[in-house]
Amino acid sequence: MSEVLALTGNEAVAWGVRLSRVEVVAAYPITPQTVIVEKLSEWVEGGELDAEYIRVESEHSAMSAVIGASAAGARAFTATSSHGLFYMYEMVAFAAGARVPVVMGVVNRFVGPPWNIWADWMDALATRDLGWIQIWVSNNQEALDSIIQAYRIAEDKHVLLPVMVMLEGFVLSHTSAPVRVPDQKDVDEFLPSYNPPHYVLNPEISKTFGFGNIVWPWDTVHLRWDMHKAMLSAKGVIRRVVREYEERFGVNHGGLIKEYKVDDAEVVIVSMASIAETAEIVVDELRKEGLKVGALKIRFFRPFPTKEVIKALKDKYRVVVVERDISLGHDGVLAMELRSVLHRYDLQIPVYSISLGLGGDEILPRQIKKVVKEVM
Amino acid sequence: MSLREIVSKPDLLLPGHSACPGCPSAIALRMALKALGEKTVLVIPASCSSVYQGIYPGESFNVIVYNVAFASAAAVASGIRRALTKKGYTDVNVVVWGGDGGLVDIGMATMSGAAERGEDLIAICYDNEAYMNTGIQRSGATPPGAWTTTTWTGKTEIKKPMPFIMLEHGARYVATASVGYPIDIYNKVKKAASLRGEGFRYIHILAPDPPGWRFDASLTVELGKLAVNTGFWPLWEAEVINGKIKFRLNPPSNKLLDPSKRVPIEKFIEKQGRFRVAKEFHLRKLHQQMDFYWQLVKAYLSISKD
Ligand SMILES: Cc1ncc(C[n+]2csc(CCOP(=O)(O)OP(=O)(O)O)c2C)c(N)n1
Ligand code: SF4
Ligand SMILES: [Mg+2]
Repeated sequence: MSEVLALTGNEAVAWGVRLSRVEVVAAYPITPQTVIVEKLSEWVEGGELDAEYIRVESEHSAMSAVIGASAAGARAFTATSSHGLFYMYEMVAFAAGARVPVVMGVVNRFVGPPWNIWADWMDALATRDLGWIQIWVSNNQEALDSIIQAYRIAEDKHVLLPVMVMLEGFVLSHTSAPVRVPDQKDVDEFLPSYNPPHYVLNPEISKTFGFGNIVWPWDTVHLRWDMHKAMLSAKGVIRRVVREYEERFGVNHGGLIKEYKVDDAEVVIVSMASIAETAEIVVDELRKEGLKVGALKIRFFRPFPTKEVIKALKDKYRVVVVERDISLGHDGVLAMELRSVLHRYDLQIPVYSISLGLGGDEILPRQIKKVVKEVM
Repeated sequence: MSLREIVSKPDLLLPGHSACPGCPSAIALRMALKALGEKTVLVIPASCSSVYQGIYPGESFNVIVYNVAFASAAAVASGIRRALTKKGYTDVNVVVWGGDGGLVDIGMATMSGAAERGEDLIAICYDNEAYMNTGIQRSGATPPGAWTTTTWTGKTEIKKPMPFIMLEHGARYVATASVGYPIDIYNKVKKAASLRGEGFRYIHILAPDPPGWRFDASLTVELGKLAVNTGFWPLWEAEVINGKIKFRLNPPSNKLLDPSKRVPIEKFIEKQGRFRVAKEFHLRKLHQQMDFYWQLVKAYLSISKD
């Protein structure tokens, strides 16, 4: 039986990991992610989660260890944040190149100096081009559900890429909300144990092989192309996994995107993470004033939901992007992504970019409302 | 075991690798793989070994090989080991095979973490005393007086005493070896493999490197012997059992506690081009390094007497 518990975002992630029957956890503490690694340690020591827990000496080693574990055939998990993500950056790229279907929880936080432990998207966005699938969640329920979905997507034989699940520091990580924890039996049926479709680092199973020695440029191009194709195939896999998840568990947080009153809207607020929920509140308030506004959440930032975005935005008058990041010297990262997609389809829709809430600064509905009204 | 018996064991280093003539890493790896056997996963950080194994789709190491980032080997190996253990495959050797750069310098924290956690791994460092793969740059394991392409006038600091550092982690088994004594390498790797299931094991093999140390490729083994007989590189092994250290010198180093029994260090130095830049103070530093290493040896010998 499923049950409803009051869980913080971090606890919801830990529950997702536990229900996914992860076999190897390697992690290193950093605020605001720490509760995830503490909770998992408690469950492994208490026998609630039958996993090996590697208490590594750094994030670089955390990512290294889950790569090794996954390449040897185990389902593996790690979580980090901010400086920790940057410290493991080399291995984050390695994981994608090695095609290991690991899942990582990233609790978004500002990267210093100054020391600032609050929400900011700059950590995860800096890994945009490395070959990870990225899910940005808006609430604690979605955090739990996304971890389970992430393993199904990552381990699909058409994908075999690692997945990051992003939740904003404190906004979600340390805020309790009611979360429906699905029944283990249902999760087991939805997510069977990991069965690698390729060679593993185990001489009892696989014949001798070498991985990762020097590859000439012309062969490297093929490896990259395969990764790109896998990213593109992931879109279909994501749509299917989300549908099946809804059928079994009755929840849908959106597929690649989530639309809110977009159909008849003239102006659409595009966002990700918790801001997407704030945007829905803004939409309701502005609609009361008679303004035709909608909200679109980018749930999967990679692979980028090109088709969905075009379909949703093609006949709109204005797009306002609200994001907790800024590419210094240029513009908001999400806004740039949107413009590139619209431009590719020859759509001349102005995209306004607002960077708000950096380093955990407050994001108020009235700030967003003001901009929307200005552009209407 | 005699050299003849060892040589007759299947060779898991296949012909066709691209190591330099006289490569000490290839000699040591050949011995190590004979001792480890086929049920082995090699984890190799960036180094000459990641290059000379061959170019994709070729591969001249006939075991499962995972090439990993420079600093990551002992952590990746920890993950592999835990995954195999979790799935019940306990009789596989998971082995880190890396250079002095990968294990003594950039991967030091990773090695330290794995040793402290008592991961059930064997880590083997072939120490050619510099970053050879990138063109002979100084490492923490380069000795004083040695020319490298980042110490044109000779390195001024002593060699980091890595095997002692690993021993102080309480590693289950730690040994030094030299490419001058291949049977000793075989026996020590065999010993380490026999302790599978008991924790972290570390073997540090001194690897005289013809292009890096500037000597003729025919002299690799001779220099490996001279390094030991001059007392530059003492051969020893140690076990830690329930917190108790059992440390012993191996032949021929067991005869060399008395410095007068050692071949003069000049015999070792003069055969290598890299020491040509060494000045008086470099050589003093080199002697200090040797004194320091032998002091550590004596300290451990006296600890393990009782
Ligand atoms: C993070 C990182 N920094 C630098 C390098 C470049 N690099 C590759 S191999 C190497 C030196 C390897 O030295 P060592 O471990 O002693 O092995 P050897 O080449 O001597 O066999 C360096 C500096 C790298 N691959 N990764
Ligand atoms: S540089 Fe040294 S270690 Fe590297 S392949 Fe040549 S001889 Fe071997
Ligand atoms: Mg070296």
